[in-house]
Amino acid sequence: MTDMQSQTDVFFVRQEMVQASPPPMRVRGVWPWMRKNLFGSVGDTILSIIGAILALAIVVPVLQWSLFNATWTGDNREACAPNTVGACWAFVKANFGQFIYGRYPDPERWRVNVTFVLLAAGIIPMAIPSAPFKRLNLLYVFIIFPVLSGCLLVGGMFGLPVVETALWGGLFLTLVVSYVGMAMSLPLGIILALGRRSKMPIVQWVCVFFIEVCRGVPLITVLFMAGILLPLFLPTGVNFDKLVRALLGLSLFAAAYMAEVIRGGLQAIPKGQYEGAKSLGLGYWTMMRLIILPQAITIVIPGIVNTFIGLFKDTSLVYIISIFELLYTVRNSFTDPVWATSTTPASGLLFAALVFWIFCFGMSRYSKFTEDRLRVGYKR
Amino acid sequence: MAVADAGRISSPRDRWYNNPTVRSIAVQIILIVAVVGTIAWFANNTVTNLRERGIASGFDFLGKRAGFDMTTFLNTNSESTYGYMLLAGLVDTIIVAILAIAIATVLGLVVGIARLSSNWLIRTIATVYVEFFRNIPPLIVILFWYLGVLATLPNIRDAIQIGPDFSLSNRGIFMPRPVLGPNFHIVIIAFVLSLVIAWAVRRWAHARRMATGQGFPSGWVGLGIVVVLTGGVFLATGDPLTFELPVKTRFNIVGGWTVTPEFASLFLALGVYTASFIAEIVRSGIMAVSQGQTEAARALGLRDGLVLRLVVLPQALRVIIPPLASEYLNITKNTSLAVAVGYADLVAVGNNVLNPTGQSIEVVAVWMAFYLGLSIIISLAMNWFNARIALTER
Amino acid sequence: MKKLLVSFAIAATLGLGASAAYAGTLDDVKAKGFVQCGVNTGLPGFGNPDASGKYTGFDVDYCRAVAAAIFGDPDKVKYTPLDGTERFPALQSGEIDLLVRNTTWTMSRDTTLGFTFAGVNYYDGEGFMVHKSLGVAHVDELKGATICVQGGTDTVTGLADYFKKKGLEYTPLVIDKLADVNAAYEAGRCDALTTDRSGLAANRLQMKNPDDHIILPEVISQEPLGPVVRNNDVQWFQVVKWVSNALLDAEYLGITQANVDDMLKSEDSAVQRFLGVGDNNFGKSIGLDAKWAYNIVKALGNYGEVYDRNLGPKTPLGLERGVNAQWNNGGIQYGMPIL
Repeated sequence: MTDMQSQTDVFFVRQEMVQASPPPMRVRGVWPWMRKNLFGSVGDTILSIIGAILALAIVVPVLQWSLFNATWTGDNREACAPNTVGACWAFVKANFGQFIYGRYPDPERWRVNVTFVLLAAGIIPMAIPSAPFKRLNLLYVFIIFPVLSGCLLVGGMFGLPVVETALWGGLFLTLVVSYVGMAMSLPLGIILALGRRSKMPIVQWVCVFFIEVCRGVPLITVLFMAGILLPLFLPTGVNFDKLVRALLGLSLFAAAYMAEVIRGGLQAIPKGQYEGAKSLGLGYWTMMRLIILPQAITIVIPGIVNTFIGLFKDTSLVYIISIFELLYTVRNSFTDPVWATSTTPASGLLFAALVFWIFCFGMSRYSKFTEDRLRVGYKR
Repeated sequence: MAVADAGRISSPRDRWYNNPTVRSIAVQIILIVAVVGTIAWFANNTVTNLRERGIASGFDFLGKRAGFDMTTFLNTNSESTYGYMLLAGLVDTIIVAILAIAIATVLGLVVGIARLSSNWLIRTIATVYVEFFRNIPPLIVILFWYLGVLATLPNIRDAIQIGPDFSLSNRGIFMPRPVLGPNFHIVIIAFVLSLVIAWAVRRWAHARRMATGQGFPSGWVGLGIVVVLTGGVFLATGDPLTFELPVKTRFNIVGGWTVTPEFASLFLALGVYTASFIAEIVRSGIMAVSQGQTEAARALGLRDGLVLRLVVLPQALRVIIPPLASEYLNITKNTSLAVAVGYADLVAVGNNVLNPTGQSIEVVAVWMAFYLGLSIIISLAMNWFNARIALTER
Repeated sequence: MKKLLVSFAIAATLGLGASAAYAGTLDDVKAKGFVQCGVNTGLPGFGNPDASGKYTGFDVDYCRAVAAAIFGDPDKVKYTPLDGTERFPALQSGEIDLLVRNTTWTMSRDTTLGFTFAGVNYYDGEGFMVHKSLGVAHVDELKGATICVQGGTDTVTGLADYFKKKGLEYTPLVIDKLADVNAAYEAGRCDALTTDRSGLAANRLQMKNPDDHIILPEVISQEPLGPVVRNNDVQWFQVVKWVSNALLDAEYLGITQANVDDMLKSEDSAVQRFLGVGDNNFGKSIGLDAKWAYNIVKALGNYGEVYDRNLGPKTPLGLERGVNAQWNNGGIQYGMPIL
């Protein structure tokens, strides 16, 4: 007790007991919930009121502009021009085909639709953890589907007319660019990450140099180099399609970011796993393929998906070399004299934002789902 | 043993090409040959192409007269050299990057804390904010501010007047510009001096609290010292500060300070967009501080604000700083999107240098060098800061 | 070290080998079966894609004329849409065979950039468009105005030169993409928009209400626009240059799309040389067949027809021929004779 006494001599320790708090109130129902979550204290109440005002000040005008005051039907700007307080969805509706397919010729658009279906057929079972034939599925996603859809979209065989990539555009092109970027950046990123963790100094330096340079410069300079300057680096007469060059630039750029994510996974694998694998007599590649990478990649799936989201958003920058992805297609239609009104740009941008948002949000939810699933796995 | 030895001798594993050291050296030689060979091949092609096609090369153009005008922060005109123009672009890049970093940090911190608020409404608003901006491309955010908000402001001739000298229009925000008088340096000296005094008072108060437990409102006193001293000197030197007022002319408002819509949209967009990422970093940083810390601090009788400021945030910072550094790098790189709205940043200026000179390789090299330089500087600064807060741990 | 040297040698041989094996643009074009032509991303009257991606316009017809001369088929063209900034690297790098994108013939482009202009298809000059409500009638009244201009073009320089000469202050707003420049001007971000006057006429049509905008009468610079090629390939340059001349010659000789077949029977030896009648074979000298010029006119008509179809008074642009009329008709367009 004397010890306690002497301790309470310290100036910042309370000398007497605090009055017991009253028992907690009834906790069910709307009012107690509101009191607990909105009006817990004076400060809380003020915050709630400010928050409510803020939310109303943003939500109400946005809803009014985009829904209640919007123009939904019409054939040209006459329909939207008088309405300066609402969105012009008639414009989006009229240009919808262009926003999705770009300038892909009308009679050939079924090919794009088939590609969409093929894509879904590969991605959906891949995303469901319990779906069978994962190995086969992987083969389909990385090899069969790209080759199949590439032949289908470009044409020139099986009696399909050739559709130049200069005519590709809209959401379809955005998906092509992001899909190829994802499918290429993952393996490239794994190789770079392994290289960076390698014990061979030259291999390590080369990988570190590549990764850090790519991460240190903006994507548009990389795209500029790949899209515009690359032919200058090749012998005269040797050239390949501009879209392919853009894809190459984007994939290498994304691979550098991917490499850092994978490296995080590799570092998280305990040393014992490496040593165990080696003691079984496994060589480097066998060890990586069977023991290390499956674990490392599983850990960083959320990080990989985040990189994919970043890549998906970055596809909006290929416009810098005049490739008509979704956002550029939308922007280019603003000056179409048939539809130009003061609300057209905002309507088009909102549409584009919504499309990007749906894809990115979907991916981020999936990433969250995987994260939770994995955490459960660790708990057990 | 002999059998085993015999087995070993005949084992293919002992061949020289299976020796790990030999292999490692071979792989590295092959890699370096491949890398150097590829680069040499590209370089050779480029040189051949440039020569065959008669395209000028080299960096001589940097010293030549540019002959075009752009609106930059540095004073440039058509007599400036290409090199100076690019430098002006770099300065514009740095300015917008620094300001966007500042606003994104503040906004991100607020939203990140709000994400963990016990108030449902505040928490929800913060969540919606984060989920909305994180999932759309920054370019859309920039265009949204530029085309969707700033371009819809009234024309300059019907500008919204806020007070007599502030106005808002689709040409930007116009405000008075302070012009320093000849004696202004005295005021600055007084200001610095007052800061030193305030700091000394703070130290003294801290020492006294540690010793006796008596509090002292050092913050308010310090503020008072700064205001009184600086203000007094300001008045005593006879009002050394005047304002240049914006004046309406036939087409524009000239004089004063102008915040152009190009700058504003880039700054706001990068700030608002990146804040959503910073908010998530702050949130996870705070969540990484164990609940026991908060509870212990509350048990000591600290108020919520103090718990956050004195206990949680300093510990959370250690988790926050590394990812925060990469967000700062992202802002810097994303300033290159200025080209979409016509803010004269490094890339936009480079585009205009590239046209009359045709020296695209050199311009791209300048871009990359400048951005890499900026990235390295930011990384170093953040590493230094990280090391500093890590040291205070024990 | 030895390996290093060997690889250098391999790399060098590969590079040199490839360039040695490369025969020239014309053979390359014939081998791949189309002309890769750099055009505007969207400028009505000059190079403008419709919703289905079909390009039309004055510049586009020049691309088509080259294809018609080589293949006898004007559709054997692939278009690369380019903005002001990308166009020169695209031509320098060999991505396109030919650039016809209202590009001004200037000395530096003709020399240090490594290009050669194959003629002038439109004599133009830089002008200004302003909002009618401003009540501006002349360029010199634009003192203190904000002026929108597309980056990566020589109009940026023309603008700086003119305002410096006149001692007028102005605020430039340089934007990269044409569509964004137009949008900024139309939203009132700028008082005036400057570009080539033909471009202004086209941009004006893209405004919500073209009648709200006027083009000022002054022309502040020389802007001869024309097709451009790389300057390391004389044969290809000759092809493009003579296609350009053939269009002008056809108009001078009175050969039109409608009468070209009748003209085959003409006794006029200039016409016979042009159409490759009899043993006239001027196409051979530039690596084409004898009917090259016939094919151009058959497919597209003469210069006047191309002009009237895309830019002339009966089109929405409504540009009078002016200086672009034939020399014997009050203009300065002059086709070099096929002789």
